[in-house]
Amino acid sequence: MKYAMETILLALAAFAALLGAAFAKDSQFGAHMWVLFFVLTASVIVLMRTSSYAPAGVSAEDNSPYMDGPVRYGVIATVFWGVTGFLVGVIVAAQLAFPDLNIEPWLNFGRLRPLHTSAVIFAFGGNALIATSFYVVQRTSRARLFGGNLAWYVFWGYQLFIIMAATGYLLGITQSREYAEPEWYVDIFLTVVWVAYLIVFLGTILNRKEPHIYVANWFYLAFIVTIAMLHIVNNLAVPASFLGSKSYSLFSGVQDALTQWWYGHNAVGFFLTAGFLGMMYYFVPKQAERPVYSYRLSIIHFWSLIFLYIWAGPHHLHYTALPDWAQTLGMVFSIMLWMPSWGGMINGLMTLSGAWDKIRTDPIIRMMVVAIAFYGMSTFEGPMMSIKAVNSLSHYTEWTIGHVHSGALGWNGMITFGAIYFLVPRLWGRERLYSMRMVTWHFWLATLGIVVYAAVMWVAGISQGLMWREYDEQGFLVYSFAESVAAMVPYYIVRTIGGLMFLAGALVMAFNVYMTIRGHVRQEEPLPGAAPAIQPAQ
Amino acid sequence: MSEKQIDELSGVETTGHEWDGIQELNNPMPRWWLWTFYATIVWALVYSIAYPAWPLISTTTTGFLGYSSRADVKNELAAAEQAKSAYVEAVKAKSVGEILADQNLRQFATAAGSAAFKVNCIQCHGSGAQGSPGFPNLNDDEWLWGGNIDQIYQTIAHGVRFDGDEDTHVSEMPAFADVLEPQQINEVAAYVASLEGQADTPDLVPAGAQVFADNCAACHGENAKGNKEMGAPDLTDAIALYASGQAAIARQVRQPKHGAMPAWGERLGDVKVKELAIFVHSLGGGE
Repeated sequence: MKYAMETILLALAAFAALLGAAFAKDSQFGAHMWVLFFVLTASVIVLMRTSSYAPAGVSAEDNSPYMDGPVRYGVIATVFWGVTGFLVGVIVAAQLAFPDLNIEPWLNFGRLRPLHTSAVIFAFGGNALIATSFYVVQRTSRARLFGGNLAWYVFWGYQLFIIMAATGYLLGITQSREYAEPEWYVDIFLTVVWVAYLIVFLGTILNRKEPHIYVANWFYLAFIVTIAMLHIVNNLAVPASFLGSKSYSLFSGVQDALTQWWYGHNAVGFFLTAGFLGMMYYFVPKQAERPVYSYRLSIIHFWSLIFLYIWAGPHHLHYTALPDWAQTLGMVFSIMLWMPSWGGMINGLMTLSGAWDKIRTDPIIRMMVVAIAFYGMSTFEGPMMSIKAVNSLSHYTEWTIGHVHSGALGWNGMITFGAIYFLVPRLWGRERLYSMRMVTWHFWLATLGIVVYAAVMWVAGISQGLMWREYDEQGFLVYSFAESVAAMVPYYIVRTIGGLMFLAGALVMAFNVYMTIRGHVRQEEPLPGAAPAIQPAQ
Repeated sequence: MSEKQIDELSGVETTGHEWDGIQELNNPMPRWWLWTFYATIVWALVYSIAYPAWPLISTTTTGFLGYSSRADVKNELAAAEQAKSAYVEAVKAKSVGEILADQNLRQFATAAGSAAFKVNCIQCHGSGAQGSPGFPNLNDDEWLWGGNIDQIYQTIAHGVRFDGDEDTHVSEMPAFADVLEPQQINEVAAYVASLEGQADTPDLVPAGAQVFADNCAACHGENAKGNKEMGAPDLTDAIALYASGQAAIARQVRQPKHGAMPAWGERLGDVKVKELAIFVHSLGGGE
């Protein structure tokens, strides 16, 4: 029987979850174990229904040079979690503008906010990274994914992690570490999945039939290895009970805060920067059909980025109990990080030299260019905000939210959309996308949404920062905190509209991807602007 | 692996590597990029020599500028204290009445009180001091415990029905559910409602007037104008802390709600309380 061992293991795990629910020390853990039990039981049923008792033969998929099943599932998961994450983002944005939308207790801001951040970073971004890395590493190594069905375990295990994290937040289970909210048992499970991911990826690279490792794979590998390290160290904790949802961090006080922001900053650095640079280094040259601009630049900016990023975390703790020396180092390392980050932008943009006309004719290239532009902008803004004098104004304000979103929506979102549009026709063997005009619509909805979002958050953040520090001529504070909150309302409303536009674009993409997978081709007029013949350099 | 070749479009040599059709050009790093990178490194070194930066075995380098964020904030606070010290000393030395009479000092105290109000008082009294249900509006000239400067000072310093302070305002209205018959409560509620507007049952008003005279006038006064010594509110105006309308008044008579306010003297110190008193007095209703 195919998947006999998998089915038995899942059934045993479901039984263990049932025991966990029965003997839970707290009601949240009990509820969470019930969720796990139902998910695992449903998986067992699905597996049994798809099982056949025919002798295990070799399917067409097993014969093809590359294993693309997990990549296809990953692309669908990316689109699904993307739409979910953006939707929750719009809801929390609306909750800030209209507090009556807080529905107690499961759907209040405090529980939905981590749901939003985790859904977009880890569910949308994580699935995009896993799927594209599996696709890219096979092509650029000319090797099939290592470990056979281990890649499927990585995919489904990661989805289970997402479901456990998301339901945990809604139940109110959190260890109160930003971007690392899941409790100890979910963390342990993710560690296992992540090690399996590392084995699949590294094994494929070791099996490669190319003499060199392509630059995209350096970035993907740096991302996988560093995230493993960050995740483990930041989540070192002692559970209060092995049948309970509460744990205590191994660190305390300012050490705990520094560990958290060492993790938090490098989650940005290695998940959202290094991983997505890997994506860029494959899909931009492929879509532009041009060679990568500079091999030397890619080497230097890779190593300097990897070396410098890891020290920059303390800039999240300027003017706190963190000692001055650590604040200084966090700041100067952030400044030195500016050019290594921009190396990726230069290599991405300059790869288009000789193919600039495609910006006019190819909306996918246009998305990638906007992604790289936002990457460049937010990696300039980041070092700038790490300067203590700037940080004293920007910290704790909406400016930070705007900064994060210009990076997340602009860079991570747009480069992922570009990659999805590149992948879907190829993965499902379609001649082209269902509609290129819809890609153009998606491009404009998303770009305008980001611009609206980032611009109002700058205005909001700077006004907020200025209100907090405004003194009258006698040296007394002019505004109360509540007044600065009230001043944010119009910005919060406009921000929600920006988010809504971005969500609308993602829905257009979801429809386009669905129709492409189903094999439809929309009858539409071609996009204006035919490609002129390319001229060689003189 | 392909051989090195010249890219037709840019005229630049490739590195000779190829992956899935992707080649790499052998362009040098952009000079401006490299030099800016060097500049940030040099700047980082200089900055880290100027400021506390490098961890040593049991201490860290302190930087030649001798900066420390703690000393910095201490100096800033000291400078701010220094700038205000003449006024603060005067506020400390004088009574609230004297501060009120001194034009300059009053302006300073009003500004200071306004800032302190935003931090300590708006949670209950609202950011415009407009009050909220159960918390009095401080802009009007209706006062529960008196609106002259000394009375306001007394109320802020010692609070209302606040356990930890001996001089706090203590008096409170008894629950008349134990004293009056239900019918009498309806009657007196109709009477009080008629004073501030319209009773639901006007025919009960005359009987209610009698109940009021027998039971309520001791505190609220014969003409229901209230008594600030006891914090008994004026019932003839349309301003009510808890209850407007006959039914709500009846509930309040049966089982009255009592507000409380912390004694701020202990917490904020005498100077701040004086400043707050001057500010509240300036809002419009000060007597």
